[in-house]
Order: sequence, then C-alpha cells, then structure tokens
Amino acid sequence: MSLALDLALCALILGVALATVAGSGLFRAIVFFIVYGLLVAVGWVRLGAIDVALAEAAIGAGLTGVLLLAAHGRLRRLGTARDASHGAHLLSALAGAALAAALAWAWFVLPLPERPGPELAAAMPRAGVENPVTAVLLNFRAWDTLLESIVLLAALIGLWMLTRERDWSGRLGLPQHSRAGGVLASFGRVLPPVGLLIGVWLVWAGADRHGGAFQGGTVLAAVGLVAAMAGLVRPPRIGARLWHVALMIGPAVFVLAGLAGAILAGEFLTLPPPIAKPAILTIEIALTASIAATLAFLVLGPPEEGRAP
Amino acid sequence: MADLATIALTAAGLFFFVAGTVGLIRFPDTFTRLHALTKADNLGLGFIALGIALQAETWAQVARLGLIWALALLAAGAMAQLVARTALEREDAE
Amino acid sequence: MTGLTVFALTGAALVGLGFYGLLAARHLLRRVVAFNLIGSGLFLFFGAAGARGVGPDPVPQALIITGIVVALSATALAVGLVVVHARAAGHAVLPEEPEEPEEPKDEGAT
Repeated sequence: MSLALDLALCALILGVALATVAGSGLFRAIVFFIVYGLLVAVGWVRLGAIDVALAEAAIGAGLTGVLLLAAHGRLRRLGTARDASHGAHLLSALAGAALAAALAWAWFVLPLPERPGPELAAAMPRAGVENPVTAVLLNFRAWDTLLESIVLLAALIGLWMLTRERDWSGRLGLPQHSRAGGVLASFGRVLPPVGLLIGVWLVWAGADRHGGAFQGGTVLAAVGLVAAMAGLVRPPRIGARLWHVALMIGPAVFVLAGLAGAILAGEFLTLPPPIAKPAILTIEIALTASIAATLAFLVLGPPEEGRAP
Repeated sequence: MADLATIALTAAGLFFFVAGTVGLIRFPDTFTRLHALTKADNLGLGFIALGIALQAETWAQVARLGLIWALALLAAGAMAQLVARTALEREDAE
Repeated sequence: MTGLTVFALTGAALVGLGFYGLLAARHLLRRVVAFNLIGSGLFLFFGAAGARGVGPDPVPQALIITGIVVALSATALAVGLVVVHARAAGHAVLPEEPEEPEEPKDEGAT
C-alpha cells in the first residue's frame, strides 16, 4: 500500500518535472516548478525527513516560486519573457538519459552504509538539543552552517552589485502597487501575525522537535514579503544601517560563539556541553534574524524604481 | 465508527476535488475556472480535514487542522480575487 | 523494490530531466529552473541514500537543508544576472545555433 503511494507520488513528481522542462512557455514552466516543489516536500515526508520537507516547502516551493514569478514580471516589463520553442534536442536528451542511467546504476552498486550514525547517537547527549538535525547543523557540523550564512551574504552582495547607478538609492525590489483597503492589503494584514507566530515557533521548537533557524527564518522572510507586497511596509534601501546589523548579526554571533568555544573548550566552534543549549539557542535566534532578512532581500531583488528603459 | 466516518468524509472531499479539477479543465474562461477551483476545493479540503480530525489523538491536533483549513481558505479566497482582477484588467486592455 | 529505491530512481531521473532542460532550453530563466531541478533531484537521491539502514540519518538531512538554502541564494543571483542581461541585450533567449558551424578559417581570411 505504502509502496503504491510512493510510486504514485514519484510518478506525479516526474510528470510535473517533465512539464516544467518540456512544456511550452516560461510562465507555465515556473508554475509547474512551484507545484513540483510542493510534491517533493511530500516526498521528503515519505522519506521521514520532516525538517527537509519543511525547508523544501518553504524555500524550494515558496520563496523560489516568488523569486521566479517576480523575475518573470521583470522580464515581461522588458519585453523579454517570450520563450523561443526548443525542438526535440536528440543530443541533449541522450546526455540527460545517460546521466540518469549512470546515477541509477550508482544506486544499485552503492555499498550499504554501516548502521548510520553510531557516533552521532553517542554524541547526542552532548549536543544540548534533542533534534538531531539541529544538533548537526549548529553543533557538530557548525562550520558548514557558518560558511553557509556567509555564502548567503555573498549572494546578496553579488545581487546588489547588479543595481544600476541611478537606482542605487531606491527601495529594494520593484515598486509595489496594491490598492489601500483592497483584497491584498487586507490579506497582508491577516497573515503576518499568524506567520510571525509560526516562524518563531519553528525556531523555538527546532531545538527539540522539527523546525529550526532556516525554516523559521524562511517563514519570517515570507511574512515580510507579504507585508511588502500588500503595501503595509516599504522595503528598505540598500544603505539602511539598521538592516546591515540584521544581516550581519547571525554570522557575527556565530563567530563569537566559535571564539568562546576556542577559549573554553580549546577548539574553534566547539560548544562545551554545559553551555551548549543556551549557546545554540542564541546562535539560532541571531541566525534566524539574518536568514530572514537575507532571504527576503534576495527575493525582493535589487532596487528598480525607474520605468523600463 | 470513527474510521467509517473518516472514510466517508475523505471520500466526499475527494469527490469535490475531482469536481473542482474537472471544472478547472472544462470551463471556458478564467472566472468560471476560479469559481470551480476555489469553491469546490475549499469544500473538499474542509471535508478531508474533518475526516482526518476524527483520527486525531489530541485536541491540539484538531486545532492545527482547523488552522490549516482556515489559512488555506483565506489564501484561496484572496488569490482568486487577485487573479480575477488581473484577468479583468487584461480583458479591458484588449 | 523498496520505497527508498523508488525515490532514488526518481531523483536520478530528475537529474537527467534537469540536465536535458539545461542543455535544450533557450530562455535563460528556464535554464535556471532546469538547474534547480538537477539540484533537487540530487538532494532526493542523496536523501534516499542517507535513509538506508535504520532510518533517516540526520547528517545528510542537515547537509540537504544547507543545500536547499544555498540553491535559493544561487538562484536569486542567477535570476538577477538574467534580468540584467535582458536589460542590456534586449532579449533573454539564446540565439538559435547555426545548423552548420561556421569555419573559423574563413572568418580569419576575410
């Protein structure tokens, strides 16, 4: 029964992915990709990876979808959203099929791992949190997460560097035009309180249950985006100092905690068990603020106040 | 008893989803399609949420299902309005 | 055939589909979408591989979450580049490839 469910789900995923790649039209491809993200999130639930499912639904389907739709809007203003049809590319199809076949072959010859994570299970009592995924992200493999938060910042700086000189002092993203008192404005008033609650809950619960800084931060970023689209808040300008603090605080606290670990435990980014839980929570809260701000700015895009040239 | 009710309710929900999807594919223009999609699917989701709620172990789970349904309802309603207005503006422009 | 194998093979097929899209699509934004499909397929493959044994292993899960976030930031940068290219060049579609490649010798001669 459950195998039938998996088969049906995977058939749906593949069908939607095929429609994304081979269907006609840019807009249709984007919409199919959003549906694809949601279906893959269900797939992650089936694999038992709830934290990944949350991240995939919030980031893979949600934020990426908004990002692509906004890009479609920008390209349409420039008159460049029309897709040229690509006929059947025999060589590309062969290359894709060969790659898929090679991966499938790899699956069957891959040696079974020894029972995963005996080290992890032994280390969990020292982690300070009960969600093993959070423990890996913020304690055992904290290097990855620290560098990732810096990669996010680098991407944002790269994106901002694409701003035209005359737009530089403008507000981030395209000018929004929702009618005051209209449907979107009302929707934007109802949703943020609920979203804030869910976002903060995801971070708080992420220590011991499912969730975490990335999922919670994404929800908070989405709240900000909805509020901006509804015209309730105006996006900041690139030069806004307060927001620079928000962008930097996560990596900064992370590095400070790492240095504290170096002093207390003798190794950078090592959290001694007695202070592990408060340290992880502090890092998570700071990181959530930075992730939320960075992701929201990444999706808003560089400022673009003028009309299309 | 609860199991039977769950089966009946989710089946009813599925029926409405199928009806909504048929409407989405068969109806001629954006407005009638939106009508089929939002009305039938919200009802279908409500039936399914109700059916699952009968299987819930705690009241907190029931409350969460209710919250999900309410949020989906709100989002679907607001988005239907926005899509309809865009379609209307585009029609006027043509 | 277990559920894990189903998901792993789906991931493999997604990588293939995405690779096809990356090579065949002519609109730049569709190439970005196709690239995201490749990434997502790899995550699925990796996640299924990590779930063998006693159940989902938290280490691959943490790496995949990291990957999803990095994929979003890379996508945002790529999308920004596509928009800038479209603004500068007036189109976001790659030109049709010539049927027969022009011979560089002739160009040099003239």
